[in-house]
Amino acid sequence: MAQAAVTQNQHGHIADTNTGISNRKLLMWVFLASDCLFFGSFIATYLVYRNESLVGPYPNEVLNIPVTSVSTFVLLMSSLAMVLALNYAQKDRAGLARFWLLAVAALGLVFLGFQVVEFMTFVDEGLTIHQNLFGTTFFILTGFHGLHVFVGVLWLLGMAFAHFKGALTSRSTEDLEMAGLYWHFVDIVWIVIFTVIYLIGFSDGEGIETISHATAIIGG
Amino acid sequence: MTTIAFPTLISRPTSYTGLWSWIGTVDHKRIGTLYGVTAFLYFLVGGVEALILRAQLAQAESDLISPELFNELFTMHGTTMVFLVVMPMSAAFFNWMIPLMIGARDVAFPRLNAFSYWTFLFGSIFLNLSFFLGGAPDAGWFGYANLTGNTYSPGDGVTFWALGLTTLGVASLAAAFNFVVTILNMRAPGMGLMKMPVFVWMSLVTSILIALAMPIIAVALIQLALDRVWDTNFFNPAAGGDPVLWQHLFWLFGHPEVYILILPAMGIVSETLPVFSKKPLFGYPAVVLAGAIIGFMGWFVWSHHMFTVGLGPAANAAFAVSTMLIAVPTGVKIFNWIATTWGGKLQLNTSMLFSLGFIAMFIIGGLSGVSHASPPTDAQQQDTYYIVAHFHYVLFGGAIFGLFAGGYYWWPKMTGKKLGEALGQWHFWVMLVGFNLTFGPMHWLGLNGMPRRIATYADGMGWEMSNAIASAGSMLIAFGVLLFIINIIRTISSTQESEDDPWDARTLEWSIPSPPPAYNFARIPQVKSLDDFWYTKHPDLLHDERGEEIEVGEPVENDTHGGGSIHLPGMSYYPFITSLGVTIGVAGFMDILVEVPGTNIQFPWLSAVGIVIGLWGLMGWTFEPVSEEGGH
Repeated sequence: MAQAAVTQNQHGHIADTNTGISNRKLLMWVFLASDCLFFGSFIATYLVYRNESLVGPYPNEVLNIPVTSVSTFVLLMSSLAMVLALNYAQKDRAGLARFWLLAVAALGLVFLGFQVVEFMTFVDEGLTIHQNLFGTTFFILTGFHGLHVFVGVLWLLGMAFAHFKGALTSRSTEDLEMAGLYWHFVDIVWIVIFTVIYLIGFSDGEGIETISHATAIIGG
Repeated sequence: MTTIAFPTLISRPTSYTGLWSWIGTVDHKRIGTLYGVTAFLYFLVGGVEALILRAQLAQAESDLISPELFNELFTMHGTTMVFLVVMPMSAAFFNWMIPLMIGARDVAFPRLNAFSYWTFLFGSIFLNLSFFLGGAPDAGWFGYANLTGNTYSPGDGVTFWALGLTTLGVASLAAAFNFVVTILNMRAPGMGLMKMPVFVWMSLVTSILIALAMPIIAVALIQLALDRVWDTNFFNPAAGGDPVLWQHLFWLFGHPEVYILILPAMGIVSETLPVFSKKPLFGYPAVVLAGAIIGFMGWFVWSHHMFTVGLGPAANAAFAVSTMLIAVPTGVKIFNWIATTWGGKLQLNTSMLFSLGFIAMFIIGGLSGVSHASPPTDAQQQDTYYIVAHFHYVLFGGAIFGLFAGGYYWWPKMTGKKLGEALGQWHFWVMLVGFNLTFGPMHWLGLNGMPRRIATYADGMGWEMSNAIASAGSMLIAFGVLLFIINIIRTISSTQESEDDPWDARTLEWSIPSPPPAYNFARIPQVKSLDDFWYTKHPDLLHDERGEEIEVGEPVENDTHGGGSIHLPGMSYYPFITSLGVTIGVAGFMDILVEVPGTNIQFPWLSAVGIVIGLWGLMGWTFEPVSEEGGH
């Protein structure tokens, strides 16, 4: 039982672990499992409060599906770039690995730029975290996702510069693999958020104006 | 594999004694001691809070303390005992014992381990600072919305609570990740999962529960803090917010949390009962499986805390059934413990007494728990002293008794000296009697209709006698704790040293000197069987007890360092600095925002300071080599 497998750790040492997965990578997997519950709770909150706002703006009045589709595409492409970076690092092509690593960070920054513009537009249209339940749940959920992307960008940039001389080779790809796990996870979370908020919920709020108008008449 | 030099600004500690060596320590044993000492001090704080509550309730229409202070004290008593006593005291044993029991030299991430402790310490200090900075939290340990909103809880108390618990959550998460990786990855060669001591198994289940439950409460607390500081609408009914959402999030965390509190104690008595019965644990696989099933089923019972909310008959029935079902694996464990002692050569020392006390008290608490698994019954008991009686029987009679059993059992391993046996027995009996006097009458009080969380009660309700007995009992508990403290002081000042293996115990931690050297194991043991150390000492018992014919014997030379000197991770100040940054970062979200000129954005400037400190710590942490020689 518990055949001790042999893996390489960051120093290129031969390290024994019971599972065959290095300590650092297992830590990352446990962290991601934990983070699932973090986002899960915010997404659940969003779903519970869907269509529960008492006043506008409602999702159908502010959401811009074409623009967010572009930023979603950008984020998904960053995952492709991440795969390429790891691929070249494993093939000892450090220059190309670094190029694609910086591309991941750049695409992440473009996504964040879209998010900043989106937030500012929404605020201009009267949607704030105080305005209604949609504002509260939308900004906090997507804000925490954006924070994750931002941390990922810092991490990637730090790695690109810390490894500037001769690293990013097949001897030490574990740092890159861990950043990749994190980055892909944050992307997958965005796919869920994009589906829940933008695809399923883009028409949320339609007809509410008339209903509340009717209620006002009946109530009055 | 860093190739650029990072200006570290501070050099790592070098001396292995003195204050700085404790601040810079990454040794799991020292961190365990820090956790233990801190948790015990908070046990005294939470205990004094409880004593004041009992003094107030000792007689009807008492006005010893104001209702406002009463609210603060019961809120902080609950919060302290759950988050600052039972959890960190369990963490103390995890830290001390997991590496020793699995034959490892340290946890997987020693510096992350130090970070966990310091974040816990700073977070707990921040939470308690509220007493001196405008009033402690006063909305109950479960902080129900929308009582916690700015309307009904003005002042900063609840904000302290939300942000303090968020910080403590970070500490618990970091520790849980560390223990999961340590247990899964760092077992000695041959120690398959089903050859691990039960305590390690329960630590694994507990850590997985923490890793998955803490994010949920973190989200709820973040939502609460945002509601209070940034005026969001999560729990604001005026904007359509639903206070019941808080209850779901809180109890979705809160019920796994109950098992987070009790499973470590269950693990401890699963170690002590076999040792002091001189028999192997009865049904090891069943005990392990029951623990894992409890950890799994614990996710499907949360709404039994909400039977009176009005979720409807379908939800109430489903959660009633799941709650009754979870009693089954718990019962499996109890029967296995009893069967372990059956026919054994019992040594009724203090640790064993506390273990047996644990079983007895936990059965009482468990039975009262099953009684309110039924929604109609629960409707009568909800919010009464019956509930207070129930959870003190499982968490004090259960968790705290179990932790005392572990304390007396492992004291010689940790310090090289045995706690005094005579005083220990006094400690147990005084505590057992005091405990039952305090919490036993609460069953009657509750069924008689006395509500929880009332600062006083009218004369002539028929509650006077029971309350007087409960308050007298609480004094007895305090006396028991005093005996324990005297015992500790006498043991520390005594010169009588314990043997390395004073109990003739079964698990690996007893195979090394007491107290253990910094590197724990000179040679990593080779494990062939459950309770390998026991069968190494008593090979003749292997066939009778386990029906196995495998060979155990001398540990095999398998030092991965090739017999050279043992390298340990170097000390580091960076976890301390990072913790400080994290705590200031979270705490900075208090009501000290400044408006960014020209906008209406409220900027938490102190958080920014915390983030800068945290980043500095993180950078130093990243670029500092693991040990002085570069970790080679």
